[in-house]
Amino acid sequence: MIYKNLILCALICFVTSCKQEVYLNRIEGERLEINDSISSNEVIDNFIKPYRENVNKNLDSVLAYSVETYSKTDGTLNTALGNFMADVVLEQSNPVFKSETGKDIDMVLLNHGGMRSIISKGNITSRTGYQLMPFENSVVVVELKGAIIMEIVAYLQKSKRAHPISNLSIILDADYKLIEAKINNEPIVQDKTYYVATNDYLYGGGDNMTFFKKGDNLHFLNYKIRNALIDYFKKVDTISPAIDNRFIKLN
Amino acid sequence: MKRRDFLQQTAATTALVTLGGVGLQSFSTSKTKQITILHTNDVHSHIDPFGPDDGRNANKGGVARRANLVEAIRNENPNTLLLDAGDIFQGTPYFNFYGGELEFKLMSMLKYDAATIGNHDFDNGIDGLYKQLPHADFEFVTANYDFSNTIMDTHVKPYKIFVKDGIKIGIFGLGIALDGLVLKSLFKETVYLNPIEIAQDMSRILKEDEQCDLVICLSHLGYNYKNNPNIASDLNLARATKDIDLIIGGHTHTFLRKPTIEKNIIDKNVLVNQVGCYGLYLGRIDFYFDGDKNKSANGTSIIV
Repeated sequence: MIYKNLILCALICFVTSCKQEVYLNRIEGERLEINDSISSNEVIDNFIKPYRENVNKNLDSVLAYSVETYSKTDGTLNTALGNFMADVVLEQSNPVFKSETGKDIDMVLLNHGGMRSIISKGNITSRTGYQLMPFENSVVVVELKGAIIMEIVAYLQKSKRAHPISNLSIILDADYKLIEAKINNEPIVQDKTYYVATNDYLYGGGDNMTFFKKGDNLHFLNYKIRNALIDYFKKVDTISPAIDNRFIKLN
Repeated sequence: MKRRDFLQQTAATTALVTLGGVGLQSFSTSKTKQITILHTNDVHSHIDPFGPDDGRNANKGGVARRANLVEAIRNENPNTLLLDAGDIFQGTPYFNFYGGELEFKLMSMLKYDAATIGNHDFDNGIDGLYKQLPHADFEFVTANYDFSNTIMDTHVKPYKIFVKDGIKIGIFGLGIALDGLVLKSLFKETVYLNPIEIAQDMSRILKEDEQCDLVICLSHLGYNYKNNPNIASDLNLARATKDIDLIIGGHTHTFLRKPTIEKNIIDKNVLVNQVGCYGLYLGRIDFYFDGDKNKSANGTSIIV
């Protein structure tokens, strides 16, 4: 009799989708490091190979020539490398911005820390673009009143660093006091709207550049800084940027 | 084991075998069942290992190595799931050249089971993501993005259920707020829904309606925001929900040495794990199930 009941129970259990109670007794967690003690899967490696070779071939094809080696540490308030980056962002982004808005970009501000490598004397390849700018940041144009531009000037004055700028010029006296600040070679007008190009990281307040959030309008160009650099390298034969008078301190 | 219990088991098993030769294993109450969960997050197109000269991650990472490690674990326990918590795309020239095709093809070769969508997976636009879907032999799960007015409609599921060794595993996905993180022109008409509320719905559906034995959340919300504790994060999610066993996170590139054990809204343990980024690590969580309730009378033991 008991045996029959058991069969019945089992049958009911079987018919009702076989749902058997299970109990979670134990959980174990660990982190496994992927390093060179683990051999590579040959099938996977062979699959990647043609992609890798094509990428490397493209990255290493020569786009331009650099006359010297340029580093962000050569220079005090402006550097050849920083001037190059800011000028390229202006030159490459302006046509994109103008086609969308009919306006011109008035100035560019990037950050000194955003230059991630040197440009070495000799051949320039796409890889140079990836090394200089490994991040995926894109160009944004912010509409800022002259009064906010003066906050940018004050930021640069205080930081005493060669943050890359273009089309903005600043002269400080021996005590780092402001003598003159100009955009397009003209004095900055307090209530005039200026179109300032930067990247989305700095717009978001990176490097304490809090002034960008005070802007009136924001334009995303969907144009990566790295792509601007690579497009520029493709366009020119040679680069020879220089330290100039865009941001200087008088002795 | 008591003699009477033994007899009952034997009888029941015999009966079933005669009924159709099924269920011998699934009805055995003494056998321990092991489910292994392997996971990555924020791999960011890191297909090749870092070179020997890399300042931070020299000789680490690499998909081909991960493939062998995963294969070895699968050979040891076939009841294994391999999951990714998003930001598969963007970070090496492979993405710039091939738009994510190689990433998805390799993940398919490694037999990934499911992935959630990270913010960087929109970097070539929602159309760029859609274009690569044919290369992915695994499911995308994201419950809190409403894709109905986008090209991704019907291609992303809120959750997926896997059955391994009779254990029912429900996996749902969560994505991060896209506004301010991704350009609107890229995510288009994707609508972001409150992840905590959605997670409460999902865990109820998976635990109560679907009767899952294990509920896993694949999250790209980020581990925790110290300066902004009210932003939805994995730790907040763990505390505000119930019936989730494991939250696998991403986005914040948080290198946890071991999973975090957090208390949920009814004071039960939830595991939260994240393995940094770039495929430098593989996370492994093993769940052991038993048919014997007495063994788990004192709660589930967690060894991390």
